[in-house]
Amino acid sequence: MTVTEERTGAEVGRDRHRKEDARLITGRTMWTENLSLPGMVHLAILRSPMAHARITNLDVSPALRLPGVVEAFSGRDVADMQGSLPCVWPVTEDIVMPDYPPLAVDEVRHTGEPVAVVAARDRASAQDALEAIEIDYEPLPVVLDMEAALADDAPLVHGEKGTNRCYTWVLDSAAAGTGDDVAQAEADAEVVVRRRFIQQRLIPSFMEPRSVVVDPTGDQITVWSATQVPHILRILLSMSTGVAEHKIRVIAPDVGGGFGGKLQVTPEEFIAFAAARRFGRPVKYTESRSETMLSGHHGRDQIQDITVTARRDGTVTGISAKLLANMGAYLGIITPGTPLLGAFMYGGIYKFPAYRLECTGVFTNTTKTDAYRGAGRPEATFALERIMDELAAELDMEPMELRRRNWITHDEFPFTTSAGLTYDSGNYEAATDKAMEMFGYDDLRREQAERRASGDRIQLGIGISTYTEMCGIAPSRVLGQLRYAAGGWEAASVRMLPTGKVEVVTGTSPHGQSHETAWSQIVADQLGVDFADIEVLHGDTRTSHKGLDTYGSRSLAVGGIALVNACQKVVDKAKPIAAHLLECDPADLEFVEGQYRVKGSPGAGKTLADCALAVFTSHDLPDGVEPSLDGDATFDPENFSYPHGTHLCATEVDTETGRVTIRSYVAVDDVGKVVNPTIVEGQVHGGVAQGIAQALYEEAIYDDDGNLMTGTFVDYTLPSSADLPDFTTDRTETPATGHPLGTKGVGEAGTIASTPAVVNAVVDALRHLGVNDVRMPCTPERVWQAIRNAQGNAQEGGDRP
Amino acid sequence: MTTISMTVDGVRYDDDVEPRTLLVHHLRDRLGKVGTVVGCDTSNCGACTVLMDGKSVKSCTVFAVQADGTDITTVEGLAARDGEMHPVQQAFHETHALQCGYCTPGMIMSAVDLLAENPDPSDAEIREGLEGNLCRCTGYQNIIKAVREAGQAMQTATAASPEPATSDAGNGVPGQQPAATAPGGPAHTTAVGEVRT
Repeated sequence: MTVTEERTGAEVGRDRHRKEDARLITGRTMWTENLSLPGMVHLAILRSPMAHARITNLDVSPALRLPGVVEAFSGRDVADMQGSLPCVWPVTEDIVMPDYPPLAVDEVRHTGEPVAVVAARDRASAQDALEAIEIDYEPLPVVLDMEAALADDAPLVHGEKGTNRCYTWVLDSAAAGTGDDVAQAEADAEVVVRRRFIQQRLIPSFMEPRSVVVDPTGDQITVWSATQVPHILRILLSMSTGVAEHKIRVIAPDVGGGFGGKLQVTPEEFIAFAAARRFGRPVKYTESRSETMLSGHHGRDQIQDITVTARRDGTVTGISAKLLANMGAYLGIITPGTPLLGAFMYGGIYKFPAYRLECTGVFTNTTKTDAYRGAGRPEATFALERIMDELAAELDMEPMELRRRNWITHDEFPFTTSAGLTYDSGNYEAATDKAMEMFGYDDLRREQAERRASGDRIQLGIGISTYTEMCGIAPSRVLGQLRYAAGGWEAASVRMLPTGKVEVVTGTSPHGQSHETAWSQIVADQLGVDFADIEVLHGDTRTSHKGLDTYGSRSLAVGGIALVNACQKVVDKAKPIAAHLLECDPADLEFVEGQYRVKGSPGAGKTLADCALAVFTSHDLPDGVEPSLDGDATFDPENFSYPHGTHLCATEVDTETGRVTIRSYVAVDDVGKVVNPTIVEGQVHGGVAQGIAQALYEEAIYDDDGNLMTGTFVDYTLPSSADLPDFTTDRTETPATGHPLGTKGVGEAGTIASTPAVVNAVVDALRHLGVNDVRMPCTPERVWQAIRNAQGNAQEGGDRP
Repeated sequence: MTTISMTVDGVRYDDDVEPRTLLVHHLRDRLGKVGTVVGCDTSNCGACTVLMDGKSVKSCTVFAVQADGTDITTVEGLAARDGEMHPVQQAFHETHALQCGYCTPGMIMSAVDLLAENPDPSDAEIREGLEGNLCRCTGYQNIIKAVREAGQAMQTATAASPEPATSDAGNGVPGQQPAATAPGGPAHTTAVGEVRT
């Protein structure tokens, strides 16, 4: 397992096996749920079975009489200390922001909302005792549908707010001065295509259920949590509960996936925090999978009305998107902002002169939505790439040709879009050409024509997605302009140990992304030390006191640059020490391949390890030199990161059963320079799989009373190995220009790209039968229904899953 | 309370358990074998898979009392005592078949069982064979590759040493087929953990 080979050149770009694996493949992993502390009690949470109701009676005392039960309390018992869960992205000045008590106090607003807590000696006793709690509800009217929720006489999710409209946010290129007017473009258009797309609700479904342990010791409180955001959790726990920030330590130990689903500060974390403070002893809460699905935040859930305007020659003149975004019943950490992460991307890789986006957030009696892999950008990319295919059909133009006619060409970078973003670099031609060749595009088009001509039961469809996205979150100034409450910088520290080993502290918080390996590769090159001699520390606010954590494909694109800068500070700091050891002038030294050498003199030099030992002893340092060899850096990007690529999907659709089979899937991504190609490929595989899952398999469904009908893995169809194809992946490499690594984010790219590629392929297989849309997920029944409807001259895809 | 006795990763444990205790909770909460994890509550995800008398079971779908008298191997008992990884563990590492690693213990144990039953599976057979183990990170492609490569490595090792291995490793080491019969007769379990003893 241990990597022992000698340094043989650059680490960056190399397929290193992961450092993380040793503990993960042997079961020696530190999941939060594995933690057990002396005197610890286990929490179980009673949850509302009603989607909207007033709590008329709540008595926890019967639970207290059961064996093993230590404590029980309701929202009313902790109303003054539990805090209100924070939303840090009030996207407009007039946004409606309701209180969000971790434990409901008087009213519940979605099924699964926590109403009471039991603490007991073990999990089973706590769970049993929930049944003894007496609670009565008075049902209130439920509103689930977004358009119904906006009607004048709609039942209100938060009665005191007087409306279910959370906000309306507008970006208009004419008003902003970044482009033309969409209304004028529509008036002048030779062709106008309008479509409504439904982004179904999804459940992030990280494999490790969330778990939290809170240990109050004196006035210090340590929190272990299965979170993506330990630093953000600490500051928000402090700001919301009034416990001083320096008295809270948050640790994210090994975390089993997140995909945005653990980019949250949760009611359960706040409840455990309140319980530990109330009892003065350690508590643990681990949710069941059903609880995760019921009350962990969901993703997507938008209605998208899209209009695209064009000339007959295929030149697109404008795009307009009107969104309804389901907030759910409450606002989580970035619930309102999540759809807006895609608000700038409805133009994708294209030069659309006019741009308008209007997004209305809507409260309903459902679980809150928030970030899920891609967060807003999959929705934008889906709508854009789907309507490009619809426009191509309207113009009777080859869909790739339509894209070529409109995309930003390689020699036009940097390019400022009508949405106001400046894309630093890209090469859409290169990625597309490579993908089409690997895919065998022309041969597949020929086969498609043959199958259509022969009326084959199995029809072939070809789906295109030429995507880009904005990630590497984010320039702090831009976040400020968008009314986000925090910045987007990232921090790193590098310290040389006396024996020449290196400790690296990062403010990023990996949960599957392989930072321990990739960060080691970067540092090995920067400092000229062995890969194996580097330890990467993360996820504990005591060791990593400064950071903004992992989401939005930011860790490498932002945190990686902080790391390079910290290394550079170490190299600079050691230089006078090396010069002193070599008895020369620092100005005569250069640092090459881990050695300070006198320029032009190839003789023996001094390594950073030599300098580290000299600093440790400090017997003979130059005057005025601090006896320490370390560097801290914080990096705030000037721009987002814009990875792009071309994904092509071939589907075989059985026109008699509606069954869709992915025959081949080719992904050519351009994520700039790459630190570890194997890790990047793994991110693409997983991302593509999640995008395919939205296209074909997954949907969270509520019944008319607001009960989640897909609350387990039996009903919510996470794809298995038997459901997914092999992916053919490759890359082109167009470096980012804004920083020294040249890297772009990759975490979300596959998910953003793949959903429209698959649905375009399904629709393409059936277009000659009159089908022009199939609602996601494209289940056999929906596909079959779409064919039937088309035969009856209906225009819409099936409604039922 | 019912008294049960089982061997877990080579160590015998005698315990009194509540009849409703699931094997996975017994392993984790009582025996401290926290390498085996819980990912769902409906026996869909397979994260809790262990070998019971050499056959994979979802330990959330077996009561601890049903495991009385059996020999359990968890991911913690798979490597040799000298630390040498089992070929499936090694292959998962070398092919980047894990990211967050939460499904990995169950995925590895299912793969060990799959290769014991079918030492040279096709990719389609691997995909079908691991259908009961969900992964959210990898898209499965590298997992399929890992199992294929582990199978090849185990066949090569078996060909190189036709005698049963005398390694002190746990079940599933090349040349050492997991015991097909348990004390008291043959045991068989389906992939979803229905136990017939």
